[in-house]
Amino acid sequence: MTALTLRVAAKEPLTPLVTRFRFEHPEGARLPLFSGGAHVVVEMTDGNQLRRNAYSLISDPNDGSGYEIAVRREDAGRGGSRFMHGRVAAGDLIRVGAPVNLFSLDLRARKHLMIAGGIGVTPFLAQIRQLDRLGQPYELRYAARSRAEAAGLRLLPRSPRVHVHISDEGGRMDLGGLLAGQPLGTHVYTCGPEGLIAAVEETAARLRWPRAALHSEAFLAPPPGRPFTVRLARSGITIEVGPHESLLEAIEAAGVDAPWLCRGGACGQCETAVLSCRGEIEHHDHWLDAGDRASRTKIMPCVSRFAGEELILDR
Amino acid sequence: MTIRFNEETFRDDYTFYNSPQAIRRFPFPFDRDDYMYSVNMEPHAGGPEGSVFERRFDVDEHYVAEMRDRAITLDEDPLRCQSLPHMELAGWDLLELIMTCKAEDYPDLFELRRDGDQWHWINRPLGIEQRFTFLDAGTLPHGPMEYITRQTQGDFAVLDQREGNLWMDAGMVTSQADWSLDFDIGMNFFEWHAPVPKAHEMGIFQRALKFLMNVQQGAPSRRLNWTMTVNPRLDTSPENYHKWGPEKRELTPENVGAKQYLRVELQSFWRLPRSNALAFPIRCYLIALEDLVSVPKWGRRLHRVLRDLPDELAEYKGFAVNRPLIVDYLARFDDGAPTSPGIYPD
Ligand code: FES
Repeated sequence: MTALTLRVAAKEPLTPLVTRFRFEHPEGARLPLFSGGAHVVVEMTDGNQLRRNAYSLISDPNDGSGYEIAVRREDAGRGGSRFMHGRVAAGDLIRVGAPVNLFSLDLRARKHLMIAGGIGVTPFLAQIRQLDRLGQPYELRYAARSRAEAAGLRLLPRSPRVHVHISDEGGRMDLGGLLAGQPLGTHVYTCGPEGLIAAVEETAARLRWPRAALHSEAFLAPPPGRPFTVRLARSGITIEVGPHESLLEAIEAAGVDAPWLCRGGACGQCETAVLSCRGEIEHHDHWLDAGDRASRTKIMPCVSRFAGEELILDR
Repeated sequence: MTIRFNEETFRDDYTFYNSPQAIRRFPFPFDRDDYMYSVNMEPHAGGPEGSVFERRFDVDEHYVAEMRDRAITLDEDPLRCQSLPHMELAGWDLLELIMTCKAEDYPDLFELRRDGDQWHWINRPLGIEQRFTFLDAGTLPHGPMEYITRQTQGDFAVLDQREGNLWMDAGMVTSQADWSLDFDIGMNFFEWHAPVPKAHEMGIFQRALKFLMNVQQGAPSRRLNWTMTVNPRLDTSPENYHKWGPEKRELTPENVGAKQYLRVELQSFWRLPRSNALAFPIRCYLIALEDLVSVPKWGRRLHRVLRDLPDELAEYKGFAVNRPLIVDYLARFDDGAPTSPGIYPD
């Protein structure tokens, strides 16, 4: 993975929980452009632990002067977002990977309907700028619990195409009405909590939307959990995975090279064969299907964990 | 570095030739004495000085003649260049990639001046000077992909990435090894690979797709592929099989060294920034057997590879009928001595 060392050019709280960061090249060089929906992986060195978290880019994809992300502090998380909030300051140097897009626009769409829940608004911020430039029609629906928590209010343009639903104020989204009222050839993109994605998918299925017109990105940070032990057969070593570390991070910390892309259980790149499993794999990914899980022969180390006596991986 | 561009043709009288330097830098595709189909991918991050891998889009002595040949093929059959409407942004990405790479890698041949969206492109070998507005197709004589690939050697497929697959939704294909853009346009990765033999070993394709979907910005990859062609013809398309297919029957023991060519494709894979599409240039290099055997290592090795190749691969690559003739010819240049590893001449 190609990574750049960038300078934190600005750090600005948007709400008590969400902070915006801007990264620029230390010598002012242009950064590679990207497509709306892309994310970058930010590397955080915390003592002797290296964390890598993926964040959607929220700045204009056509602006190479800097990259911006919005980070929500997850107090129950493994510590990456707490590190960003508490330990990263303007002027710091930080390693940022090249943009990768696993949630790109389908440019065949006649219209793009975007449904955002909470911090899930982030990929759409770049996408709507791209669509504005391309002159393609879109509609963005942004749902948040309360006005105080809605970081998107500070980031979204005022536009008749952008609608805000604050549930505390009774502004709930009527998914059925929304999807039923779309012109033929509309694609729908959902990003937010799993419940929202599932609700959109169910509604779309009920209304017989074509499967290929549905796109989603679940916001998935590797959850913390209990510590466990794993044997890496090919490397011939046994490693311990700490409570605030993902299995992938523990593999990397042991100096073993492992593939990855999204670090959020969505892309499939980190899929690893399980050679022996005496216990339960805690699958947290969106990649393996029910059959894969039942067979207990595969695991996605970026998000999944294990509890039991013995887990041996082909790595 | 100055390049003298050959005055030559790829059809009718076939005056194509390789200079001694072009022979030395030919991308010989076999790094050992036997061959098996594999994905054999490596980073496209330069190579030995003077090799075809050194620069991102190699320009060589055939450039001007190849572009002339492409124009003839397009005149006869405009469907060799197609781009589905949603691929225009990817076309601009490709234009930007090629113009910036060529201007940086060959500053004496190409020049790009940018002032915001106002671009000024100079292509000295082809005598082109163009001012245009980036992302405004009305300011170019062709669509962006067609415009830049009329000035760049090699075929181009531009693949859209969606639904966990890659889709052949745009391309410029005038020097293909027997496949048809008009047939493949709009197909996904598995559909357009359907005719490869032993494709039933689908594992290779699954892995290749996974690899390609993971190609990242700024980190292109490449591989070599090969086949055999009678006469130095770029346009070996299915549409024109009636023109080149019968030429396979013209080989004799006397002319095989001059008329039989090894055809090597340098394929590379690039993630495009604005569109997230994947560009897939397929650059074709041709060498006559009689030139190839002037490098003793290559003569020995090509003999062994072709002699031992499984029948179905010779069939698939379209030279089974001429294999005995070719192998007999090459045997004269194989004294049985061991060959060194790797693809470069000793
Ligand atoms: S890295 Fe993407 S699924 Fe694990």
